[in-house]
Amino acid sequence: MDAPPPATPSASEVHRIHWLPGTDHLLAVCHCGAEAEFDDPVALWEWLLAHPDGHRTRTNESP
Amino acid sequence: MTAFIRDQWYVAAYAHEVGRTPLGRTLLGEPVLLYRTEDGRPVALADRCVHRRFPLSEKPSRLDGDRVVCGYHGFTYGPDGRCVSVPGQRRIPRTARLTGYPVVEQDAFVWVWIGDRDPGDTLPPRAPWLDSPDHTVVSGMEPLDADYGLLVDNLLDLSHETYLHGGYIGTPEVAETPITTEVDEKSRVVRVSRHMDDAACPPFYAESTGITGRITRHQDIEYHAPCLYLLHSRVAPVGTDERAFHVEVVYGITPSTEHTTYDFWAVARDFALDDQKVTDFLRESNHTVVMQDVVALNALQKALDTEPPGYQELSINIDTGGLAARRILARMAAEPA
Ligand code: FES
Ligand SMILES: [Fe+2]
Ligand SMILES: [Zn+2]
Repeated sequence: MDAPPPATPSASEVHRIHWLPGTDHLLAVCHCGAEAEFDDPVALWEWLLAHPDGHRTRTNESP
Repeated sequence: MTAFIRDQWYVAAYAHEVGRTPLGRTLLGEPVLLYRTEDGRPVALADRCVHRRFPLSEKPSRLDGDRVVCGYHGFTYGPDGRCVSVPGQRRIPRTARLTGYPVVEQDAFVWVWIGDRDPGDTLPPRAPWLDSPDHTVVSGMEPLDADYGLLVDNLLDLSHETYLHGGYIGTPEVAETPITTEVDEKSRVVRVSRHMDDAACPPFYAESTGITGRITRHQDIEYHAPCLYLLHSRVAPVGTDERAFHVEVVYGITPSTEHTTYDFWAVARDFALDDQKVTDFLRESNHTVVMQDVVALNALQKALDTEPPGYQELSINIDTGGLAARRILARMAAEPA
């Protein structure tokens, strides 16, 4: 069922999305550590999946 | 339509449904016959006789010991699917064999592997509360006239509880409280958490736990794509955190045909274990809630069927988890077998 063993078995690949309390904003955190804020989950997923394009490891502004 | 994902385990039935009477289920478009041998082993075979395709789960087909006898002209098959006798002649055609499916009994479910590859040592994801002495369980199965993707969408966005299930499990706080979404791309698990610090207690929990005031309420979803959904639900009176009540809500999501789905639902609780009134209440309420979803999803599917292809939707923050699940399903469907 699972894909063949990944090249780096220890590397976890977890994307996190926090809905920032008290706002309408979503904060996306890529598995590489890059972060960006969005107000639309579709645009957010496009950005996450574009990794590594436009991902810097420091917090960056919404593209 | 959400594409089928093969080479996976799916819930085919509850363990108690599989016995000495042939049971037929259609899993990802494949007709499957389920029964138990005399020593209790579950068997899953193609549910079409090789002779004229009569369903072996249909009367007067029947079991004869560990064998199944076709009700039309009597072709008889062993639990490995091999035809062992045909009427009127000695020679059994070599190709007379039913496809057998890998089958596993685990956590009160009978799981069947649908695919072309062998499962190897891959096992289905776990739902241990369903078969545990520390929990009391109510469960059921509702056939859904909708694409299984609509059920996945529904379960990953619990803000709908406030509207569709108001007066049962919904309160205003569910739709109002922000969620955190986590997607594990390797294990294909989507987690959506909603923690309410001070919320009204809906009747579902008030009546079953006896809590009268406001509650802290945690909803932690774990969706193991594509087949199993777990909701870890925790409620406690505000300010008394150690007296928490836990409810584990489990859904087996099994695509049947392209437009129908088996909705296996179960609710396991860790309190009032022997209280029959609580059991009856939870069975009744949860069945009502499931049927509210079934009616709504059937209506939604009907509406979608009249839409021209490429219809537009509009997603907002509450859809973050659902979008994550859709994407994982699409990716799994595209993977080479
Ligand atoms: S169809 Fe089954 S024996 Fe003829
Ligand atoms: Fe619902
Ligand atoms: Zn990245």
